[in-house]
Amino acid sequence: MIVAEQKPLAEIKEMLEDYRKVLVVGCGTCVTVCLAGGEKEVGILASALRMATRLDGHGVAMDEVTVQRQCEWEYIDPLRERLTDYDAILSLGCGVGVQTLAERFPGKRVLPGLNTKFMGLPTEQGVWEERCQACGDCILDLTGGICPIARCSKQLLNGPCGGSQNGKCEVSKETSCAWQLIWERMTALGMLDRLMQIQPPKDWRTSRDGGPRRIVRDDLRLPEE
Amino acid sequence: MSNISTNGYKAGSNLERVLTKGYFAVTGELGPPKSQDAEVIRKKAALLKGAVDAVNLTDNQTAIVRMSSIAAGVLLVREGLEPIIQMTCRDRNRLAMQADLLGACALGIKNVLCLTGDHQSFGNHPFAKNVHDVDSLQLIQIVKGLRDEGKFQCGEEIKGGGPRFFIGAAANPFGDPFEFRPYRLAKKATAGADFIQTQLIYDIPRFREFMKRVVDLGLHEKVKILAGVGPLKSSGAAKYMRDQVPGMIVADEYVNRMEGAVAGIPKEDKKGRAAAWRDAGIKLCIEQIQQVREIEGVAGIHIMAIEWEEAVRPLVEGAGLLPRPVVD
Repeated sequence: MIVAEQKPLAEIKEMLEDYRKVLVVGCGTCVTVCLAGGEKEVGILASALRMATRLDGHGVAMDEVTVQRQCEWEYIDPLRERLTDYDAILSLGCGVGVQTLAERFPGKRVLPGLNTKFMGLPTEQGVWEERCQACGDCILDLTGGICPIARCSKQLLNGPCGGSQNGKCEVSKETSCAWQLIWERMTALGMLDRLMQIQPPKDWRTSRDGGPRRIVRDDLRLPEE
Repeated sequence: MSNISTNGYKAGSNLERVLTKGYFAVTGELGPPKSQDAEVIRKKAALLKGAVDAVNLTDNQTAIVRMSSIAAGVLLVREGLEPIIQMTCRDRNRLAMQADLLGACALGIKNVLCLTGDHQSFGNHPFAKNVHDVDSLQLIQIVKGLRDEGKFQCGEEIKGGGPRFFIGAAANPFGDPFEFRPYRLAKKATAGADFIQTQLIYDIPRFREFMKRVVDLGLHEKVKILAGVGPLKSSGAAKYMRDQVPGMIVADEYVNRMEGAVAGIPKEDKKGRAAAWRDAGIKLCIEQIQQVREIEGVAGIHIMAIEWEEAVRPLVEGAGLLPRPVVD
């Protein structure tokens, strides 16, 4: 899932300074699951902002709505009618959700309430970890299902750097060394010979380096009228 | 540069000649200044001249901005020393690295050490973006491709042939997973490394075990391995490396001996303690050199005495490695 975290209240307040009536829009998908921007968080944030702005003396009116999926036009289109009442939209969706709203409602000010962090999973209650960087050319078959691009601090493709010690990355003792994990997994699978093969320089065109990415599936496109 | 004769050598550097002729090689290290002051390089060069076969120029060491290794290397060439320019994958992509390699060759540099690079979070610009377009192993492949095939990484031919470098790489016998380390060295040899410089060795038994595995794989016959040594400056420095530096192991023996060196000297006598540490550090390091020399597969030493270049000549002399060979 896409994992996000709420921005500090002070930062959100500052963004809303010039607005008096704001619609807080949550999203029912990834950010609900990672407890950052679902219906519950929308409710909590909206009341916190109501109180905080009232204390500041100007008071911002906040309404709340959570759509099932903020990153698809068909789920946000029903908001259109309501939007005339608001100066701004505060999105508690991920960066995609914010942009979907901004793109669909170009006349409206759309503000981000979250920082979108990464694609990952919860590894224990209250802890999420990154797993994929969407490089666009998956090599998980070569590395035992553990991604060195997302999980090695230096994106090494041919083994650990000199800073790996006791299973941890040199950058943080909280971070597992991806290559230690890969080594252990490939050992368990009896596939160490795969790790002896040299991985040549990666073709980064499929990643962000190739420019903004787009997928076109002709088999799914509707015929032109 | 193909018009330059290398007499059958890959690059014809002094380091390559010394190693090829079977001499026990000695390399040193010089940290470029955090300024544009060329005089710093000249002073340090004077301390190393004649004591080592070639000198590493660190590349933004520990992710701190310093004079570039290539520029510092050129200053070294002018002083009559042979540079090994370090090149990390942290700060440059494959375009910048190849461009710099062309320039380095044009400026008379013949050795390059291919490194991953410390993470920028350790340095003075922790907010910087890192690159890692290629890893150190792929950089070795690129340098070899430039030299042996005369081709850029993209496959395009270099008119008149490519730049010729004697290719170095690093190995850390003290990093984990330990079992992977000899194989990683094997991959570097296969990729095209001509020589290896290891991380500082303060755990001889582990290094011995590492070298045994390296020799069992026959790697010492494919690539020249220089054991990394360095004099300890104080017991505090030894403790810091033991407890704080990722990927380093310092046996307690070293800490104890450095502590023992100042036993009986009062803390207020800073000069006395520093002198005692200096002597003990050099003595310990000479012992290390003698120990690693006896390990099968070790073709030389790499002395890392950053900010203590004065120590290098006494170390090399004390280890009986002077004068350095002159190879035509």
